[in-house]
Amino acid sequence: MLERGLEEKRYVLNLGPQHPSTHGVLRVELELEGEFITKADPDIGYGHRGHEHMAENRTYQQYLPNMGRVDYLHALAYNQGYCMAVEKLIGLEVPERGEFIRVITAELNRIASHLLWVGAYLMDLGAFTPFLYCFDDRENILDLLDYLTGSRLTYCFYRFGGVPVDIDDDFTEGCRKFIKRLRSRWADYDNLVTKNVIFINRTRDVGVITKEQCLKYGLTGPMVRGSGIPYDIRKSEPYSVYPRFDFEIPLGERGDVMDRYLVRLREMEQSLRIIEQALDQIPGGPIMAEKVPKRIKPANGEVYAAVETARGEFGCFIVSNGDLKPYRIKLRVPSFGNLSILPEIAVDTLVADLVAILGSIDVVVPEIDR
Amino acid sequence: MESITQPAAVSLLGMVAGLIGVITLVAVNALFLIWMERKVSAHMQLRPGPMEVGWHGAIQTIADALKLLGKELITPKDVDRWVYLAAPIVIFLPVLLSFLVIPFSQNLVIRDMNVGILLILAFAALTVLAILMAGWASNNKYSVLGAIRSVAQNVAYEIPLLITLMSIILMVGSFSLVDIVNAQNRFWFVLVQPVAFILYITCATAETNRAPFDLPEAESELVAGFHTEYSGMRFALFFLAEYTNMFIVSAIATVFFLGGWHGPFLPGIVWFFLKVYFVIFLIMWFRWTFPRVRFDQLITFAWKILIPLAFANLIITAFIMKLR
Repeated sequence: MLERGLEEKRYVLNLGPQHPSTHGVLRVELELEGEFITKADPDIGYGHRGHEHMAENRTYQQYLPNMGRVDYLHALAYNQGYCMAVEKLIGLEVPERGEFIRVITAELNRIASHLLWVGAYLMDLGAFTPFLYCFDDRENILDLLDYLTGSRLTYCFYRFGGVPVDIDDDFTEGCRKFIKRLRSRWADYDNLVTKNVIFINRTRDVGVITKEQCLKYGLTGPMVRGSGIPYDIRKSEPYSVYPRFDFEIPLGERGDVMDRYLVRLREMEQSLRIIEQALDQIPGGPIMAEKVPKRIKPANGEVYAAVETARGEFGCFIVSNGDLKPYRIKLRVPSFGNLSILPEIAVDTLVADLVAILGSIDVVVPEIDR
Repeated sequence: MESITQPAAVSLLGMVAGLIGVITLVAVNALFLIWMERKVSAHMQLRPGPMEVGWHGAIQTIADALKLLGKELITPKDVDRWVYLAAPIVIFLPVLLSFLVIPFSQNLVIRDMNVGILLILAFAALTVLAILMAGWASNNKYSVLGAIRSVAQNVAYEIPLLITLMSIILMVGSFSLVDIVNAQNRFWFVLVQPVAFILYITCATAETNRAPFDLPEAESELVAGFHTEYSGMRFALFFLAEYTNMFIVSAIATVFFLGGWHGPFLPGIVWFFLKVYFVIFLIMWFRWTFPRVRFDQLITFAWKILIPLAFANLIITAFIMKLR
């Protein structure tokens, strides 16, 4: 076929950094043959702000607001992870009521993150309308959290030793109303999206990740649970008051894009269950630990604390050399690990599939670039 | 052919009047459709849509059009200049010409030709050329991908479209749109040819590049597809052509399946427009409800499902016509 000296040419397509479906400033360099992808190479770093380096120049308290800006969609989990690490370092005990409030707000935030993902993901697949329905539901959570924390997106709510504001009856009432409302929506989501033939055709058996690949790339969160591995920090290394609640870890079977979608959808229901139980069981008492030091000057040492965010395992590793500022903070973010599998599963798929796969990874690019 | 017997001056006058009428209709119709699309989508998405300019945002599109007119026309570096500039015009001309044969009511048709439907389909095929020109000349990879998709898609969907319409033409025995409407004075063809109607609407949606078949301009994959590099009024012409195309395919659906201008009480032209806008509403409904299909699925769907179905429908129709 190549008689006349026709050379096979690589067709390189730059997907991003400004592209409607790369969710932030991610650039994926694609090599195409027709519409088939022969190579996909993610290029990160466009949103790098040096969060880890900032930590070395600030006191422990001053660094806290940074945590709302690493992963802006599930900011409270990052608050929690960092607070847990510092509390471990200086030996602070959070009172029970404080832990309950943390769990309630973090789970609300998780639902908000997943709702946004569902909407944005369907928009990647070309369905615009679900996006606005998801945002309509998410708005309720933002209102609730706004009422309690004073901000809608980049929360900085938890403090070392507890939470600064107690929940009141209005908040509890609002939560219960929201749980009822969101539960009545599942049928709509199922009928209009999950059972849609086009949606099923776009997502079934696309971007399959095997269990071995999960372990090889260190995937966490819904990515790994979609492939059927029951790894959830809330269960496997329980923290806070999670062991007291009865909830399940939804698992996928095939490890395709559809499974990851279903895992996230079912996780929202489990989060609702946790919030419901937490609201019922919440004890009285203080919300902040007594005697929180004004000057945090921990002894030499290092700690690691991990939490389950909407995207997977977030770990905070702090090394202290006995100064007012941490010597080094390493943030282990889930999106970085999750994105690293893209070159392997994107090969031999179509451009449209790549959008579906990239969406299913649920990357938050500032978190990768942190 | 009464026009041949008319004096040339009268005929010319009629053509000029027709042309002015068509251009006015195209412009007003597109303005209305864009407003309608925004309202339909808004109400499906739990929001009010445009509300500020005019009653319920009724003249919002006029404001938008004025804004587009004032925009800078950007010509990117290294484009194939003449092709790039010609594409918006080429996409718009066939759209205008298709109005020549559409019967709006019993007497309101610019020229009733005995090859009416063939004329419209032939002009519709020219749209692909314009999209290919735009995609190729833009010197943009997304545009080329959009253009390639568009050609494959339109070729695949024109076949079942034509075969589906052929089954109606068999029943009537004429290509003239007026004859086809006249044949439906007792019952609408949608009642006897429901499969054909569904096939036609599916193909028409794909033919006009509307969601769920909007692959040539798939936003989340190809940014804006073939018209990525067009700005200002050039972009507006593509936009205008899309909505006018939607009107034309809906008008064909009305003529072939919904009885054209036939209907009780109201004058024919009112019925015609009511039916056309109903079909347009259907197409809009699809867009705001479905996710986008994948390219290979789209082509497979056309070749393996729609074309055999359309052929089966045609053969069954032919048999029944023979038996009667």
